[in-house]
Amino acid sequence: MTSFALSAVDPAPIWITLQLATWTTVLLFVIGTPIAWWLARTRSRARPFVEAVTSLPLVLPPTVLGFYLLILMSPDAALGGLWLSLTGGTLTFSFSGLVVASMLYSLPFMVQPLAAAFEAVGRGPIEAAASLGASPADAFLRVAVPLSKRSFLTAGVLTFSHTLGEFGVVLMVGGNIPGSTRVLSIAIYDHVETLRYAEAHALAAGLLAFSFAVLVLVYAFDRRARVRVG
Amino acid sequence: MCAALLLAGSLFGGAPAAAADEVVVAVASNFAAAARALATRFESTTDHEVTLVTGSTGKLYAQIVRGAPFDVFLAADAVRPARLVDEGRALADSRRVYALGRLVLWSRSPARFERLGPEALARGGFRHLALANPDLAPYGRAARETLRALDLETGLAGRLVFGENVGQTFALVASGNAELGFVAASQLVARDDVGSGWLVPRDLHAPIRQEGVLLARSAGNAAARSFFDALVSREGKRTIEAAGYEVP
Repeated sequence: MTSFALSAVDPAPIWITLQLATWTTVLLFVIGTPIAWWLARTRSRARPFVEAVTSLPLVLPPTVLGFYLLILMSPDAALGGLWLSLTGGTLTFSFSGLVVASMLYSLPFMVQPLAAAFEAVGRGPIEAAASLGASPADAFLRVAVPLSKRSFLTAGVLTFSHTLGEFGVVLMVGGNIPGSTRVLSIAIYDHVETLRYAEAHALAAGLLAFSFAVLVLVYAFDRRARVRVG
Repeated sequence: MCAALLLAGSLFGGAPAAAADEVVVAVASNFAAAARALATRFESTTDHEVTLVTGSTGKLYAQIVRGAPFDVFLAADAVRPARLVDEGRALADSRRVYALGRLVLWSRSPARFERLGPEALARGGFRHLALANPDLAPYGRAARETLRALDLETGLAGRLVFGENVGQTFALVASGNAELGFVAASQLVARDDVGSGWLVPRDLHAPIRQEGVLLARSAGNAAARSFFDALVSREGKRTIEAAGYEVP
């Protein structure tokens, strides 16, 4: 049983991971929803390019993302330098940096289900709302969002649970600092490498059970919208 | 078609039939460049072929335990080779220190730290000091011992960031994310823009003894044995020293 081993496990990585997943999900709702809305409705020729960019994190190895983020977030680079001058701290080796990295890493898990849902809503209901005098914002908030609410749940839950399992990117940009950037997956990795299998089992089994429960809930609740991401 | 043949060749390269003239060397990542130089030399002076498989010492050890088709194991520490000997997976009489690693405190920008050393560490003036994870990597353990010997570990605790291994630690410093870090002397040998460095004195940490062993499954492999002997020949030692290590 894992219960006795849990008492020996440092809980800090669990809390950091839950905070990271929460921040990532909330911020991705804000950023991912307009992207998905645009993708679902645009006739622009730029669409395949934007769609490809949002899906890149699915196909790229996390070390590729991590490597480029390490370069972009360096204090010498534009992004890292800007952050340093605004906040006085570096983006790498910080919790904020992990949030930025995770948002990139989990972007497709937010955008793809939402874009699919918005496409399923179609133009009809939105145009009907407009002809009844609804502003575009009204039509979006009162028609498109309620019709897509299951997909919002799917997108949120998938983003959250995908971020829980993040490893390669945070390993590159986080610096493995206890209490700040040492997340669950890295704690498990360290335990395995140092042969502390009891602690590794406790954390790994917890993550496995949690992720499984989340996916069962998603599939049970959202039978129609097939999840396209793996 | 060609690729398929190559793939088949590499898949079956470790089989006994082909092993007479082929040596598969599992080598710790930090020693990869030196091992390549040794292998090139060995191939040009004999008719044997060398295949290098690089990885972390811990992962290579785990692969050997599960029957990976390696002949020679060049580890980054002394622990894993000793364990393989204890388990009967490596030949006890073959175990030897083939290289001693040297630790360097390194910064990319020479202007920032004109003289790197204990004083520069104590003075501060930097946000992040990178070292390899002391629990996983021999160079990380040596770095922690050095900080302890200088009585700086607690004072710098908030600024320490950890790479998974010394390779990633080097990347953290080379990319400018950490202003300075403890890296391996061998990593600086091939670089033109040396920045500034301080070669950490030997007495500040336990020696980084990199040990090698001949694996038991290859006891009858003459090519493997002669590669192993070439490591400690005069020429071999010269190659290893040129790559930034010391030799016993």
